[in-house]
Amino acid sequence: MIANYGYKDGSGDFFISIDTNKCMECEEKPCMEACPAGILEKFADDYNDVVVGVKEEHRKKIKYSCAECKPASGKRNLACQAACKPDAIAHTW
Amino acid sequence: MVEVKEFWRWKEYNWKNPDIQWKDAAVITAGVDVGSVSSQAVVMCDNEIYAFANMRTGSDSPNGALNAMKWALEDTGMTLDDIHCKVGTGYGRVNVPFADRAITEIACHAKGANYMYGPTVRTIMDMGGQDCKAIRCDEKGKVVSFLMNDKCAAGTGRGMESFASLLGVSIEEVGELSLQVEEEPPPVSNTCVVFAKTEATGLLRSGWSTEKVLAAYCSAMAHRVVSLLERIGMEEDFAITGGIAKNVGVVSRLEKELGVKALKPRYDTQIAGAMGAALFAKALVEKGENR
Repeated sequence: MIANYGYKDGSGDFFISIDTNKCMECEEKPCMEACPAGILEKFADDYNDVVVGVKEEHRKKIKYSCAECKPASGKRNLACQAACKPDAIAHTW
Repeated sequence: MVEVKEFWRWKEYNWKNPDIQWKDAAVITAGVDVGSVSSQAVVMCDNEIYAFANMRTGSDSPNGALNAMKWALEDTGMTLDDIHCKVGTGYGRVNVPFADRAITEIACHAKGANYMYGPTVRTIMDMGGQDCKAIRCDEKGKVVSFLMNDKCAAGTGRGMESFASLLGVSIEEVGELSLQVEEEPPPVSNTCVVFAKTEATGLLRSGWSTEKVLAAYCSAMAHRVVSLLERIGMEEDFAITGGIAKNVGVVSRLEKELGVKALKPRYDTQIAGAMGAALFAKALVEKGENR
């Protein structure tokens, strides 16, 4: 399953996509520790697969939560993606 | 005293299947979808819909869930204790006091749409009261991909209610009226409901008819959700659930923009989530995980 967390508003699309089929194969989930803003959490989804998702409190402000890794200069250093061994995380912006 | 008309108010109702004797059923399950605007309760006997209720949630989610359930069970002789498993879903799913489990509305809408429209449905657009969900599912109704937008009211039922009140048109007539235009106007340019209302007021002052403004808003709403569908990838068959699925003005424009026809529903499109929850409840009973 591709789970898209985030939102679309007048300023653009801000979604973090997690491929849960890949994510469930990774036991350590190092992306959670790697995220400097701590926006990721582990949980059992509706199909009882243990996967990572974006915490509820960050879903409507993800553009700002992720700002540390996405400075206005355009330099991108996505710690979550770098830590994700199965390559399950993608960002839309 | 001036009478204030509630143009936004849609019809609340309950329904019971007269052909089913619930006491003969082996498995009775229920799903309760507590949304931000409306709540639905669906009772199923051996995977057949026995009864349901559709009403406004109000300010108290637990009460909304209880009221919907009580109304669905009205005049049936059935009590909550007769139901083997009850699953809560929707925005207020954790506030359903009698639920055995809570399951997200995304999984429940996919499951419900699979039942309501058949196993060929692959893409579902749920246009709810206060959010929009684009969902792709497989032939069993399992979610393959989803995207939910609950930050912005554009494309939601609440936005449409707001517009109906502004224009003094019953929410149930908005769709039909929006189609009564000789030429399709350009959509309102603002995606934000607040600014769209301001824009609509300006259009009315410049001489646009109510029908033309409604057409422009329905068109903007359709355009808005198309972008969500594009993000998850559109695959036929396509179905729409939620209250906006009853608005022919939005549905026809959405179909035109997508270039596909939406499947015709067999049941009220607002009960898809609760129906999916009841189906999940049945699966839990079969696995012995209902308590």
